[in-house]
Amino acid sequence: MASGQRHQQRVGDRPAVKYTLIGITLVLTALLLVVPLISIFEQAFVDGLAVYWDSLGDPDTLHAIGLTLFVALLTVPINLFFGVLLAWSVTRFEFPGRKLMMTLMDIPFAVSPVVAGLLYLLLYGNNGWIGEWLYEHDLQLMFAWPGIVMVTVFVTCPFVARELIPLMQQQGREDEEAAVILGASGWQLFRRVTLPNIKWALLYGVILTNARAVGEFGAVSVVSGNIRGETNTLPLHIQLLYEDYQATAAFASASLLALIALITLIFKAFIEWRQERAEQLH
Amino acid sequence: MPSSLSVASAKTRHKRVLPGFGLSLGSSLFFISLILLLPMTGLVMQTADMGWSEYWYVITDERVVASYKVTIWAALIASVFNGVFGLLLAWVLVRYEFPGKRILDALVDLPFALPTAVAGITLATLYAENGWYGELLAQWGIKVAYTPLGIIVAMSFTSIPFVVRTVQPVLEELSPEEEEAGITLGASDWSVFQRIIMPSLWPALVTGVALSFTRSLGEFGAVIFIAGNMPYVSEITSLMIFVRLQEFDFPAASAIASVVLIASLVLLFAINIWQGRYLKRLHGR
Repeated sequence: MASGQRHQQRVGDRPAVKYTLIGITLVLTALLLVVPLISIFEQAFVDGLAVYWDSLGDPDTLHAIGLTLFVALLTVPINLFFGVLLAWSVTRFEFPGRKLMMTLMDIPFAVSPVVAGLLYLLLYGNNGWIGEWLYEHDLQLMFAWPGIVMVTVFVTCPFVARELIPLMQQQGREDEEAAVILGASGWQLFRRVTLPNIKWALLYGVILTNARAVGEFGAVSVVSGNIRGETNTLPLHIQLLYEDYQATAAFASASLLALIALITLIFKAFIEWRQERAEQLH
Repeated sequence: MPSSLSVASAKTRHKRVLPGFGLSLGSSLFFISLILLLPMTGLVMQTADMGWSEYWYVITDERVVASYKVTIWAALIASVFNGVFGLLLAWVLVRYEFPGKRILDALVDLPFALPTAVAGITLATLYAENGWYGELLAQWGIKVAYTPLGIIVAMSFTSIPFVVRTVQPVLEELSPEEEEAGITLGASDWSVFQRIIMPSLWPALVTGVALSFTRSLGEFGAVIFIAGNMPYVSEITSLMIFVRLQEFDFPAASAIASVVLIASLVLLFAINIWQGRYLKRLHGR
């Protein structure tokens, strides 16, 4: 004990403290995060593989999977495009209202998804001031797939910019300024100088946006109308099945979304491992 | 999210060498206005149509007030729990090396990546009377699923990453000198932690807890499956809005939503101002 204390440099370095804290953390994480994750798959496969495949092969489930992928396919590029432009404008330039813009960008994090859905419903639904005009022109956005895409864009719009901003701030603008002085055009500058530096964070932003887009529930359930086989996304379908006492089928669909979440996490771990290795090499 | 700091701001003012100022700022403003701000006009118009007394009547309805109380209390307890657990997680991840650390670090983000509805049905199943946890807890007479306790469990699950990811970078940047001095002078771990580490850590911790609280206030998907949704007992405000919508009572839904929206915007701005200030202090600018 006495010798341990002499070598100790920082708080909590003593083995007794260290291993107690690590132990408590691991037990709590196992109970609160790992067991729930495992139980998704356990519940999905509880009646065997055949039942699992059957419930995924159900036409309504297949339609929900298709619609969910379709929504993500439209949402991700939109948010990728604007996320990059947003990050570029707030990290590369100084302008009044820059901080306000960054706070506004965080609105989707703070606002309840149900409120988000309601905002869109009030504006674009038949009673809203834009909705009335749409109605006259026979355009229906709410209770149809465009509405689902719109609220999903709302809910997931900060993720790409949020991943890029800290990195782009840290890297500074010297490289890019040098490239401009050497005569690079805007597009060349982005493709040859900026993109190689941010590509991993950008990819993670995209994957995280995708994970949130396929999983959005509250906002989508307000604007979808829950028409089975038409406007039911996978999370809504899971709710229907679960409330219909088809728990195994619900968890079979849930396991697909959990798998996407797992891939997202593995990818993030991979990027961080790469980053650390790159830092060690320098 | 936390890491949005303006590190470059105090540098000498650059001349604008880089291209794309007009394009990027213009499209960002357009995007923010179209996606984030324009939809709010619908809510403003809907609530403006109601008289003040009707508005007040709707938002102070007994059942709605009960839902505010349940939501705020559950979010408060969940975020305080996350403050403790999140600090512990961040500490262990920053200070120690052990096998599986990278996996633990990745797992912290699970609640961000996992759809809330999936989290909801999973927690409801685990904590139900015949679930893995529910059965165990029932022996001690504790019921979690379909009670307000379930709401707390769901809220803390979905918002754990906020505390960890806010505290972690600050803990990493903490310089070891003062701490080593304290230890060398014979102070105990606990008193060095309290007197030297905590003062630089607590602003980040408060930010993390506040973010977790804000997120919990708005949580919907994870909560509704486990809450039981009994009026006056375990019905959260987001669900209240949903219920009014299903009754096609748009004005009432909008009125309640306006309360939630104002609360979350106030919290968001307060957190951002607070964070901007302590980060300036931290970086000595």
